[in-house]
Amino acid sequence: MTLARAAGVILSKELRTEFRSRELLGTTVVFVLIVIVLFSFTFNPTSSESRRFGPGLLWLAFLFAGSLMLQSSFVREQTNDTLAALRLAPIDPFSILAGKMAANFLFLLLVEVILLPVFAVLYNVAILPVLGPLLVVLALGTIGLAATGTVFSAVAAQARLRELLLPLLLLPVLAPVLIASTEATVGILRDPSELSLVWLTFLFCFDVVFLTAAWMVGEYLLEE
Amino acid sequence: MRWSVVARNNCCAIWSRAEPSRVSTPPASSPNGSPGGGPSLGLSIQINEVEKRYGMRLALRGVTLSIAAGECVALVGHNGSGKTTLLKIAAQLTRPSRGKIAFHAGENPISLEEVKNRVGLVGHHTLLYEELTAEENLIFFAKLFGLENPPGKAREALQPVGLSGRATDLVRTFSRGMRQRLSIARALLASPGLLLLDEAGTGLDPEGQQWLGAAIKRLRDSGCTILMSTHGRNETQGAVTRAIRLDGGKITHDSGPGGDPHKILVMAAVRDSGEESAS
Amino acid sequence: MATEAQAQQTGRAVISVPSIALVFLLLAAASYGALIWSPTENTMGLVQRIFYFHVSSAWSGFVSFVLVFIGSIAYLRTRALKWDWLSVASAEVGVAFFTIVLVTGPIWAKPVWGIWWTWDARLTSSFLLWVLFVSYLVLRTLVDEPERRALVSAVFGIFAALDIPLVYFSIWWFRTQHPQPVIGDGGKLDSRMGWVLLLTWAAMLGVMTVLIRLRYRLEALRAEVDAYRMEASRNA
Repeated sequence: MTLARAAGVILSKELRTEFRSRELLGTTVVFVLIVIVLFSFTFNPTSSESRRFGPGLLWLAFLFAGSLMLQSSFVREQTNDTLAALRLAPIDPFSILAGKMAANFLFLLLVEVILLPVFAVLYNVAILPVLGPLLVVLALGTIGLAATGTVFSAVAAQARLRELLLPLLLLPVLAPVLIASTEATVGILRDPSELSLVWLTFLFCFDVVFLTAAWMVGEYLLEE
Repeated sequence: MRWSVVARNNCCAIWSRAEPSRVSTPPASSPNGSPGGGPSLGLSIQINEVEKRYGMRLALRGVTLSIAAGECVALVGHNGSGKTTLLKIAAQLTRPSRGKIAFHAGENPISLEEVKNRVGLVGHHTLLYEELTAEENLIFFAKLFGLENPPGKAREALQPVGLSGRATDLVRTFSRGMRQRLSIARALLASPGLLLLDEAGTGLDPEGQQWLGAAIKRLRDSGCTILMSTHGRNETQGAVTRAIRLDGGKITHDSGPGGDPHKILVMAAVRDSGEESAS
Repeated sequence: MATEAQAQQTGRAVISVPSIALVFLLLAAASYGALIWSPTENTMGLVQRIFYFHVSSAWSGFVSFVLVFIGSIAYLRTRALKWDWLSVASAEVGVAFFTIVLVTGPIWAKPVWGIWWTWDARLTSSFLLWVLFVSYLVLRTLVDEPERRALVSAVFGIFAALDIPLVYFSIWWFRTQHPQPVIGDGGKLDSRMGWVLLLTWAAMLGVMTVLIRLRYRLEALRAEVDAYRMEASRNA
């Protein structure tokens, strides 16, 4: 069975499982909402201040939410040791990671898309005119978050204190994504034509580097 | 690479009450079949000086073992003696720290990747997704094993384990016994040549154990190689042709390919019940 | 026999007295050069001398982390634990060097700029690298089994090391967009300063090598003890 096909089967299983209960998505959305509200107490959200500080806080909220949510990806496979069932199947071990990465990417993107209008309303930021470029930045940043986060949750699954460990591992590594996404978003909100090619290319490079690294070494994490 | 028509015919024969030995096999057109015809379902295993270390703990020490196709081997021993580790190595869930394991179908050696297509495992855990229905679980695994017509295979597999009526119910709502039966159905989806059972009888009531014992017998009769770890004496041991006792990661007794396994089984049962009454 | 092979490896990691003496000499020469021989800088005065150690520590820390990368890859390919020993030794030494960078930065900044910290490119990158490899070390404390620990550390180590250039670039580009006072600058370098800098680099690299070898040896000895214990339990 090809890698892509196996990953696709696993992706649809992840989607089906999550959309049945929607508990992870729901909880994550609420969490990001709380963070956004709390952030509003830390500065005066006038329009110009929001455009400067808002994107950074929004991306921080996404990163925090991601690092909490991604852990469940592998914890769920530990309940009935279904990870063993996946490893028994005649598939490339990386396809397990790939399927989960794709699922996590879609979940995170969904959370972000749901919360973007909420953010825009609460902080008086006009996002509709720049929706296209904004979604591009969201997608590129989220790929980095999902890819790295899925690999690190496989790492954390083998250690103690995994709920604390995942953010500890993930957030420093994702600092460049935070910088790039925030700067790109600030630029777009300030002036739509200011879509920074430098930052976008950077995000793209980040994604390529870490997806390649995940492909080369990720499967070793699934061994016993 | 996909399992041949031969195996599928045999699989149907196992589950219907037809005599498995009467299933006709197509001539040597099947990629995995032995030239002389006849089901080549069972795999043979050669385990050579295998050692498995977990940190400081040696779970298996220098185990050498050869299991022929079609044997039904019982592994006995207390908890921690290495039974589960040996089964995991046979399932390729874990690699030996030292030594080698090899598989053959008839005369031909099979690559370790190919073997994955032909092994079924029923483990300590159910290996099932609680949030999916019985049918969805089986369809998922059928797809991963590259089987044709996954929904059809799933429905077929539910029938012999008596779960057809609960196909669209979430596994979360199943009793222990039902989960065990579904787990067994999952292991048998791809018509394996090697079936590994890790205390598969626990959690089943006496009727369930009887059913499992009969199912194992039918599988053995159709040529499938079976390696099962058991505890105490129970109904699932009826089809056993060989018994091996493990203690502290080493083989202490082996009734051998042609021998009588019952002495070892009885001895194990006595010891196990002795332990139970002592604790 | 596993234990004999390991004993040989440990033996090879013994530090020779001449090499320690050489490093001491280099360090002494560099210190003399930095503190006495090099000219006092015009604008910043005496405190500028710390720049030699600040910059060379950053370099040595960087080299240490490259060694973590190499050790991690080598472990995944060969599964020989000695590469894991190299990785952990290099990571710890790297963290130590970056601690020096993070401490000497404010020591320099306060008299010169009047503030303890500025988020300039070098200092910020150093901070992030320091955090990254502290995370690496924390990860190691949370996994008990040696092979599993080596495996997960190797994977994380590779990701962390690949992150380094991305960290540097993103922070550098960010700073060019939003300029700030620069701490890591030596001011105008005349030729004597250049020589001293080179000397200090060499000295720091020497210190790095000695420390990594010592730490590697410690790890190797631990593994040897474990191997003997394993033999004992196997024969029991």
